[in-house]
Amino acid sequence: MRRAVGLQQLLGPVMLVVVAALLGTLVSASTQSYFTDTLVNVAIVVALYVFIGNSGVLSFGHISFVAIGAWTAGVLSVPVGEKPAIMPDLFHFLRTTTTGNVPSLALAAAVGGVCALVVALPLMRLSGLAAGIATFGVLEITHNVLQYENRIGPGLNTFSSVPETTDLRQAAIGAVLVIAVAWAYGRSRFGRLLRASREDSAAARAVGVSVYRQRLIAFAVSGALAGFAGGLEVHLLPVNTESVYLDLTFITLAMLVVGGATSLWGAVVGALAVSALDSYLAVAENGTSLFGWHVDFPSGTRELVVGALMALVLIVRPGGLTGGREFKLWPR
Amino acid sequence: MTVTWQNLADAMSLGAIYALMAVGIGLVFGVLRLVNFAYGQLVMAGAFALALASQWNWPVWAGIALCFAVVIVLSFAMDWLVFRPLRGHSPAVMLVATFAVAFLLENVALLWFGALGKIATSVASLNQPWAISGVDIRKISIVSIVVAGLCLFALRVLIERTTVGLHMQAASMDFTTARMLGVRANRVITFAVLISGLLAGVVAVLLTVQNPLVTPDFALRDTIIVLAGVVLGGMNRIVPATIGGFAIGFASGLLGGALPTTQSQYLDSFLFAAVILVLVVRPGGLFTRARAVERV
Repeated sequence: MRRAVGLQQLLGPVMLVVVAALLGTLVSASTQSYFTDTLVNVAIVVALYVFIGNSGVLSFGHISFVAIGAWTAGVLSVPVGEKPAIMPDLFHFLRTTTTGNVPSLALAAAVGGVCALVVALPLMRLSGLAAGIATFGVLEITHNVLQYENRIGPGLNTFSSVPETTDLRQAAIGAVLVIAVAWAYGRSRFGRLLRASREDSAAARAVGVSVYRQRLIAFAVSGALAGFAGGLEVHLLPVNTESVYLDLTFITLAMLVVGGATSLWGAVVGALAVSALDSYLAVAENGTSLFGWHVDFPSGTRELVVGALMALVLIVRPGGLTGGREFKLWPR
Repeated sequence: MTVTWQNLADAMSLGAIYALMAVGIGLVFGVLRLVNFAYGQLVMAGAFALALASQWNWPVWAGIALCFAVVIVLSFAMDWLVFRPLRGHSPAVMLVATFAVAFLLENVALLWFGALGKIATSVASLNQPWAISGVDIRKISIVSIVVAGLCLFALRVLIERTTVGLHMQAASMDFTTARMLGVRANRVITFAVLISGLLAGVVAVLLTVQNPLVTPDFALRDTIIVLAGVVLGGMNRIVPATIGGFAIGFASGLLGGALPTTQSQYLDSFLFAAVILVLVVRPGGLFTRARAVERV
């Protein structure tokens, strides 16, 4: 029975992703890109959930690892012949190597995970506001370095010529993979210990949980997942330093909070719900008809509505849409 | 690296402005335990008010009055609509909420005024240099330092010498006990929000004079840096928070002006690396004595 409950918690989110992907196959190619984008967002938000949801510590820094993953996968998969034109100052070994789609994603995850681990070593000693500001610092530093360091990427330019291999199928498989890892982590000893420390840090310490070590593990795992998601993103659309900075941090945090930060189900529901709304508004900014009326939202409406929604959910339902509970077929 | 007098004055004035922002953020934090990420957007709104006033050819004083009115109204609206319903929630939830408000306001400005922003021309006259014993120093640098000094002094008197100031001090030490002893919560909070809004107005005027091009992300960077400075100094007390704000403003102004471009482009990295380092070594802040133990 307990295993069945656990399996439900995996299958619920996976089913949602599969349904979203199947819906995506039914629509035109231009609309499909919204679905692909949504599934990549699911991957990013689930990566955030692994740390923020399980530990209860806020991190503004996870988009750094998305950026690092994007840079890794992007730099490695631009064809050798085109590298000198786009990124003339690359390190020699980066200039002369090119990897395929799957290895680049694996490396993105690896580099993201290692960077997260290194960052976490000092940072996980902090909690509360200090942790919030310090992770924000990580985001600022990553953004700053990627902007000006031309030896590891395009700097201020946009990544072009990265093979666009993230189609609907790859995004769906990627999202499911990330969900599966997040689920397995959550069910593992480490995930349980970390959640125990989230619920009552003093009690967890008293029974011998090293909060520092558990947070470290979660941060590294979620950094790796974020790196992987960044790899998916760079294979989807041309990325630059601004597209993996404050706006993405905001929108993914909004998704997590709107869905319910303390459950995997909440992360997936939030990502899908906010992405759906966001995509609808993106279409609507180009003019649409609503109940027979022609509406033409000015650009900027998306962020406005999403920001208002996020504040509203926080005020009315601080646990998020799902109340922070896991998916269950037969609620008891 | 060469430091000129102009440099030093600019750094001092940036430090002074950041100190004011730090007080604005710290006062609200003291009574509400809420880190207001949207503080910069209050400043931005004030700056847009100035820009609009100069577009309508209002006299400077009217523009400044409009700026203060807008900032204070917005500040109270924020308190009523967001902070009040969220009272008593965890600091993390409130931080995320103010993050949402910040982006909301930024996008309202984006919708209203466009990404290119507006220029506040009427206050630009203050931006001219002044020759003091052969050294050119921008007027606004001096004005900023003096205004900030006066504000901080007035605030000190207010907090130390008046009843409501005393109530605020008590509330920021221990709100529950303070309320039991007869401190009226809503009055103290309203007062803190008012003062914090006034300071945002002052900052809006000073920053707009220094940088007349007002865009929707006006003061966003400054807020991030000030927040880092406030946490660096020690969030729990006003004076350490103010010193933290001043220190980070002074350091970033001085280094930004004095370093060659190849190095100053990495200024943010160094600044935040220093912040992280300090936080790891002293999570309670640099200038606080007691070890603040915070439970997540």
